[in-house]
Amino acid sequence: MSDASFDRPAPLSGEGNFGDYFALLKPRVMSLVVFTALVGLLIAPVSVHPIVGFCAILFIAIGAGASGALNMWWDADIDVIMKRTARRPVPAGKVQAGEALALGLGLSGLSVVMLALATNLLAAALLAFTIFFYAVVYSMWLKRSTPQNIVIGGAAGAFPPMIGWVAATGSISLEAVLMFALIFMWTPPHFWALALFMKADYHDAGVPMLTVTHGRKVTRTHILVYTILLAPVALGLALTPVAGPLYLATALVLNAIFLKGAVDIWRRDEITAEADNYATEKKFFKFSLLYLALHFGALLVEGILTRSGLWTMGG
Amino acid sequence: MSFGKDHELHERRAGRNFGVAGLLVGFAAIVFGLTVAKVTEDGPVEGFDHVARPALVERGE
Repeated sequence: MSDASFDRPAPLSGEGNFGDYFALLKPRVMSLVVFTALVGLLIAPVSVHPIVGFCAILFIAIGAGASGALNMWWDADIDVIMKRTARRPVPAGKVQAGEALALGLGLSGLSVVMLALATNLLAAALLAFTIFFYAVVYSMWLKRSTPQNIVIGGAAGAFPPMIGWVAATGSISLEAVLMFALIFMWTPPHFWALALFMKADYHDAGVPMLTVTHGRKVTRTHILVYTILLAPVALGLALTPVAGPLYLATALVLNAIFLKGAVDIWRRDEITAEADNYATEKKFFKFSLLYLALHFGALLVEGILTRSGLWTMGG
Repeated sequence: MSFGKDHELHERRAGRNFGVAGLLVGFAAIVFGLTVAKVTEDGPVEGFDHVARPALVERGE
């Protein structure tokens, strides 16, 4: 074969570069998983060997990435329709769907086995369940069949801090459950705010988001209801031994701002929203990211200060 | 015949291969580090050596 056969422009035939395969793991989601799992691991009242802790976080992140690859394999047909996801490696033709499946399955097995060896069987079982929940329960079943897809599917994103906690302690406790509940209750308002200003995407792809099935007014009401329900969960965590005054103050301020944003969204109608290009909804969506990061950041800071002896009121 | 500049396809494959090589080396290092951490976590293990070490056995046993 002569070199001439390679002179054509490279076809998009599954010959992606290393970065394309890495993109299958949803690095941005992985960064959130790493952060929340790290907080769960570090605030647990048990000291973990640094290498064991590093491995636990690494394999939790790989497990999350594996479920992302499985999600991209399954959702390739709708990803190509949605503007937000059309540039993902599979719909863009850089990686073949089968490769995404193989990578997802391979990394799922590897991460679960390695987490079991590095920490304990319960943490590994929770990781396996999380991967199954995200890839099968959410991606294959709920996402295309019910407007409650985000509500129930949110559990998959809520498990990492619990897995981090269990990796350190070997058991599930109230603190772990409340950290799970915090992300679980936060997910619906976060994604519904996104759906309010990305409605066309979900509609075109036939994904039954609440905005598509029940309209925007109902979605706005749901955002408010879930934000109200979220506040006691966030504040409840402040009553556990892992949190203290710093977390309580942070949670009070953040929940007040978040509630104000939800009320603002609830009071708006479509004409007002379209007039300013969904400025309030976009602001609420961006703040929701900060909301979660600062809650876990406060827990982490308080945990580190308490452990180092600089802070004694936290527990 | 002269060797020309690598086609972009080859560069992508090379990048992928080096990436996988790096991951494999990293994985081996992690397994090694984890093994060392696990083995040393509970203190010295020489008491469990198969060679008899009477000095390590506590009195009264």
